[in-house]
Amino acid sequence: MKIAVCIKQVASTNGPLQLDVGAGWLREADTTFEINAADSHALEAGLAIRDRLGGEVLVVSLGPDRVTAVLRDALAKGADRAIHVVQDDAHKLDPARVAEALAEVLRDEGRDLILCGLQSDDVGHGQTGALLAECLGWPLVGIVAALEVETPQKVRARRELEAGWSQWVELPPPCVLTIQSGINKPRYAGMKGMLAAKKKPISRVEPQLAGGMRNQQVIEQIYFPHRHKQTRLIEGAPADAAAQLVALLNLRGMQ
Amino acid sequence: MSAMHGTLVIVERAVDGVSRHSLEVIAYAQALGDPVRVLFPGIPDQAAADLLRAMQVEALLTCAELELCDAYDDDVYVEAIVACIAALNPRHVLLPHSYTARDRAPRLAARLRVSLVSDCIAIEHDAQGYSYIRQLFQGRTLARVRVAGEGPVVVTLQAGIGRAESVARGGAAPVTACVIEPLARTARAVAEAPFRESARNVDLTRARILVAVGRGIKSAENIALARRLADLLGAELAASRAVCDEGWLPIERQVGSSGQTVAPALYIALGISGAVQHLVGMKGADTIVAINKDASAPIFDVADYGIVGDLFEVVPALIQALENP
Repeated sequence: MKIAVCIKQVASTNGPLQLDVGAGWLREADTTFEINAADSHALEAGLAIRDRLGGEVLVVSLGPDRVTAVLRDALAKGADRAIHVVQDDAHKLDPARVAEALAEVLRDEGRDLILCGLQSDDVGHGQTGALLAECLGWPLVGIVAALEVETPQKVRARRELEAGWSQWVELPPPCVLTIQSGINKPRYAGMKGMLAAKKKPISRVEPQLAGGMRNQQVIEQIYFPHRHKQTRLIEGAPADAAAQLVALLNLRGMQ
Repeated sequence: MSAMHGTLVIVERAVDGVSRHSLEVIAYAQALGDPVRVLFPGIPDQAAADLLRAMQVEALLTCAELELCDAYDDDVYVEAIVACIAALNPRHVLLPHSYTARDRAPRLAARLRVSLVSDCIAIEHDAQGYSYIRQLFQGRTLARVRVAGEGPVVVTLQAGIGRAESVARGGAAPVTACVIEPLARTARAVAEAPFRESARNVDLTRARILVAVGRGIKSAENIALARRLADLLGAELAASRAVCDEGWLPIERQVGSSGQTVAPALYIALGISGAVQHLVGMKGADTIVAINKDASAPIFDVADYGIVGDLFEVVPALIQALENP
């Protein structure tokens, strides 16, 4: 089965955020980047299908040169080849343009299945996979929490609904799925994989973004949220803070 | 075609007619000031029609073509809604940012060749026109987004954006059928009936106190620490999605958009950063206590009391304080 997985490199969700509020984005030089969590699950899903049914996993990432790090890591985990869609100011593109750029690259790749993470941990639009399906004219199942692909001719996906409900959907390839975190346990890259990755190709493509959209989104400003609640911060050593909290909330009275 | 006009709210069905999140969106739309029209995706039953007509809206629109796509039939749904929007020519199309809308709204916008501004928490208006407020970095910052160019703007609104109870009523809106060309029913994805993963043995909604753990608990073994605290308080254990995904606690203890929505008297969040998917499930708690190492974690935005510190130091100290007064 010929599979593509779209992966995004995002600011690490561990630790505080380094923002340049004036510039409306991260202070990139001070930021640690990593693969978007849901995308690493999408990658694992793609690799697992390829391992079982044969075929090829192509990984694609859009962004500046730094995104080659997540592509290289995906190759080390077992992806077969990679495409870097070069876009220096990627964070300024709205979701429709990101999807258009990815579609440009993937349209002629003869894929049976395209997997995307459900949403990114940075801008969180949650639109790329669905828009990519539209750009390609392919069917979509979103928020996939379980996947059964026994043959390359049929995809069964369990989509998550709200409040613990789910639904199985069957669809014919080629199709697009957006993958929910937790669907699998992403593998780690071993030493052998890392060495092998050095020999695998990463091709560079510059998107044309021919467009045709009637309007587009622009981030005018970023700012910190106004706190709705006045949070009372309890300070002091752990024992002291604990004692204060017990007293403030009368926790002993609740026992 | 008439000029762009007003706000169109596309509601979602629920077992009892219309989803609560949809009503929140109607309440929010009313407060925006533009005339509001409501599109029901199908033919509402009498109760749903009465409910929607009684709201102060300009019109209740129905669409017979949509009646047949009750199932997960996005090809038909998207086609039909696009046809309705083209006929109605609204300035804004608002939908709840539900799980279903996450699939449908982008496709809707793509076919209209316009922008979808997703998961918004506010729509504002100033001299330069409309702007849309969304969260970035899982709620750590906000962004003001403008939409350049022409055409309607599609917006999905986060759960909790308005109060379903505060919908302005006392109207008697006319019901108008949106008549569109019959659609070729060529759905490519075939859906089975929705089901619930497993019978729920734990009803977190009934708990007076919840002790909830997030990724900060680090391992399955450390759950025992949270359980000890919960037992001392007569509380139930709850968890964020990350903890259930790891298998450290069963999914029936998950709080958030994909789990249960709770409103206990006291919610103690241990090592939970407070991603929006979690917050929507618990921000209605009377009192929220957050214990987290990261002072910038969004959980502190909703907390009444916060301790910035290592839960592996603070929780044992709490247990100590409760055991040995």
